[in-house]
Amino acid sequence: MELYVSEYARYVIILLMVLYTYESFAVFRRKEESGRKGMYLRQSLLMFAFHFSCFLVICFETGDMVYLFFYAFQQIILYAFSVLCRMLYPRTNRLVVNNMCMLLAIGFIILTRLDMGKAIRQFIIVTCSLAAALVIPFFVHKFRLLKNLKWLYAMVGIGALGIVMILGQTTYGSKLSWSIAGIAFQPSEFVKILFVFFMASALCEAAGFFEVFTTAVVAAAHVISLVISKDLGSALIFFMVYVLMVFVASRNYLYLLLGAAGGCGAAWVAFKVFRHVQVRVQAFQDPWSVIDAEGYQITQSLFAISSGGWLGLGLYKGTPRSIPFVETDFIFSAIAEEMGIVAAICLILICVSTFLMIMRIACGMRDRFYQLTAFGLGVTYLFQVFLTIGGGTKFIPLTGVTLPLISYGGSSVLTTIVMFAIVQGLHIIWLDEEEALQRALLKKRMRRKRRPLYPDSRRQARSVRNQAGEEIEYEIDNENNSENNSENNRNTGRSHRPGTGRAD
Amino acid sequence: MVSVVFVLLFAGLSGYITWYSATHRQELINNSYNGRQQMLIAQNRRGKILSANGEILAQTTVGEDGKDKREYPYQNLFSHVVGYATNGRMGVEAQANYYLINSNAPISQKATLELSGDKYPGDDVYTTLNVDLQQVASTALGVYQGAILVTEPSTGKVLAMVSKPDFDPQQIEEMWDELVADRDSSILLNRVTQGLYPPGSTFKIMTALEYIRENPDTYNNYSYNCTGSITRGQDRIQCYHGSVHGSVGFDVSFAKSCNTSFANMGFTLDRAAFGDTLDELLFNRELPTDLGHNVSRVDMSAETADPDMMQISIGQGTTSITPLLLNMITCAIANDGVLIEPCVVDRVLNSAGNTVKTFPPVAYGKLMEPAEAQILKDLMTAVVEKGTASRLKGLSYTAAGKTGSAEYGTVKGDSHAWFTGFAPAENPQICVTIIIEGAGAGGDYAVPIAKRIFDAWFE
Repeated sequence: MELYVSEYARYVIILLMVLYTYESFAVFRRKEESGRKGMYLRQSLLMFAFHFSCFLVICFETGDMVYLFFYAFQQIILYAFSVLCRMLYPRTNRLVVNNMCMLLAIGFIILTRLDMGKAIRQFIIVTCSLAAALVIPFFVHKFRLLKNLKWLYAMVGIGALGIVMILGQTTYGSKLSWSIAGIAFQPSEFVKILFVFFMASALCEAAGFFEVFTTAVVAAAHVISLVISKDLGSALIFFMVYVLMVFVASRNYLYLLLGAAGGCGAAWVAFKVFRHVQVRVQAFQDPWSVIDAEGYQITQSLFAISSGGWLGLGLYKGTPRSIPFVETDFIFSAIAEEMGIVAAICLILICVSTFLMIMRIACGMRDRFYQLTAFGLGVTYLFQVFLTIGGGTKFIPLTGVTLPLISYGGSSVLTTIVMFAIVQGLHIIWLDEEEALQRALLKKRMRRKRRPLYPDSRRQARSVRNQAGEEIEYEIDNENNSENNSENNRNTGRSHRPGTGRAD
Repeated sequence: MVSVVFVLLFAGLSGYITWYSATHRQELINNSYNGRQQMLIAQNRRGKILSANGEILAQTTVGEDGKDKREYPYQNLFSHVVGYATNGRMGVEAQANYYLINSNAPISQKATLELSGDKYPGDDVYTTLNVDLQQVASTALGVYQGAILVTEPSTGKVLAMVSKPDFDPQQIEEMWDELVADRDSSILLNRVTQGLYPPGSTFKIMTALEYIRENPDTYNNYSYNCTGSITRGQDRIQCYHGSVHGSVGFDVSFAKSCNTSFANMGFTLDRAAFGDTLDELLFNRELPTDLGHNVSRVDMSAETADPDMMQISIGQGTTSITPLLLNMITCAIANDGVLIEPCVVDRVLNSAGNTVKTFPPVAYGKLMEPAEAQILKDLMTAVVEKGTASRLKGLSYTAAGKTGSAEYGTVKGDSHAWFTGFAPAENPQICVTIIIEGAGAGGDYAVPIAKRIFDAWFE
């Protein structure tokens, strides 16, 4: 009986995950949140079925039905969160909410399988973080001061990292955390958010040489203190975020080039100076020759991934615990081993889908500060995903960062949830702006001679909503500009749906 | 734009993960640091190894003490090719380990076994080996040390592989300490794939091929007057057993295996081009096969000095070859120049007899042009008709081949007996390569064994 359940559940679980992933990309075909409702509903149902079947397998494999209670708690919390989110903020982006819940569910499943104690601890932290996440969009929405606090962000960030550098506890050769009342915090996680805010506020007015230089100094202070603390993965994330944000703000390829050159130079210096960098590179180039020592982790991770094959060995059928730090740095390998490479790639795609939605929000925002913030948060998130998965699969050298929302680690999961909550706040601001614009547009048109709304102008009105604010006035003033009109029509003419356009 | 870069990055990452795990799966499972192997061994009972016709060559049974026991019903007969699976692994036991320890048994059977607490049956590996031919080859080699390889040129299938001295794989544990203590013992060495021997006169196949390549229109006009020896500076080469062949053409030089004529031919060759030809014939490199093997060596380049050239042309000096490579070259000649990669594992079936994986023949490519292969075929037929392998003449089938008597060591006259050839010459079905250590002339000792193997096959 158990055999049949675990054998067939494998396929069901993978199928559910594939379908979910499909929906998370299908969402992008629709421009409007309102048109995506059906997809979101299907996602929620698939997520529920996936979560449930995984825990069913866990129960069968362990023979302990207690796991079902744990499952019930998780399901209630995740469900409550997404419902409350919708009630409090009708304008949240549900793709980000759903993907976040799905990734959290995957994390709970694999952590439960690996280490029940850690899973429970993680569950408590996630519950608190989700509660916090419910109020964050409100603050982001209401406090428009955020963009004026750039030096505060920089000082707090460097201060926190500095304290860790000097006083921090050393875990496995790296100074990562510092304890308050027995709870270890890892400030480099939270500082990521502050750093994104700092960069956005410093670059939102202008991105000339002066701004780029001052931000470079602050970024260097962050990165250097992290390198001294031997937290290479985080240092790399900060560096990457800095370079990309400067590039996006300035639109100047020279900065991108300089960034790349500087990065290579810094990497070379780090390789020459730091023994632990050399060790990492050696373990990347040829882990087999140092399989007893530095290469042990990565080779065990490769064993795990390859033994899973396409469809995985099934939960509890593999031996992911043979990988050191499997719950944090190598959780992706555990997922690949027991749930299969197909599921692992779905997981990657879900992360990418979330990132693309954040990028879309960033592109839609009119305010430079919010735009850059959304961009920075998206890059921070996805680059971290890339570092951990790429490191664990020997695609790039290992840097030892967590897989956001899935890996065990309170600071990491809290930070990511907060990041996503901020993105939700930005999304709400975006939709508010859109609506205000619509109203202004409508008023303007009413003020004109109440001429009948023939199809052409209707279409144009809808299309205009997707353009940046400055352009609106421009296009209305040049209503007869046929080139513009035809282009707009092409872009949005197909998305006519009743009930969406207020101009109707 | 940044989105696009990231999406590409992740596409690359996903592609890499799938590619890496798909191509390295077996290698990773077989790594001794991978604990999953132990997990599979604990969960599944090691599968059987069978001959092409389904005779059991190795199987695991449960002993009276309830422990698994690996049995080899033919004892010494398949010692090197099937190998052993305790105290390390060798042969098919090593090469197909991944399949033997995995189980693709039907789920209903697994469920039944799960209830009774028994292990799942591992998958069965069918080899290309022919028990009758193996038996004939092993008996024919008798008490001599040496190696015999019998293959099918059109598919690369290994039909028989004998290496002597041999051992009983079931006794390997009891023998182990003794074997490890005796450093000179070469019992565990598979002479077919790992034995490096001087090729002797069999190397004249390569020299002849190069001569044909450099003189495509005029090679048949070659003639030489053999006086029994040839001298260059301090070095002197004699024909085997002091024979004097007199005036010889190209085909007679080959058929009679005239050393002086071939040394003379060697002087005319472009040494750099000869080096390239030998590289194409897979000297000095890993062979395209899953069989574990040693690399055959020959040192031929534009810098090769005259005395060395003389020695190499007749297969003496520092040149070394495995019977496996000589067989592969012979197969290519028999197969119109195209080499099919040699293989021992044919297919993998699950316990219910359903196919898990098959290993179809893999063509490596051309070692020589079809026309060149045809010329060599004719030369090798002449060896049987009017040369050193005349003991194969006048049979129900027409054989073709080349003998060799490779001198070794310092004592003059001690030589390994070689034969490599195929039959029927017009449409080759099997290809045989034989070496008998220290026996003497190839024509006297190796050819009769080839005859017994051909006889058994065409019976």
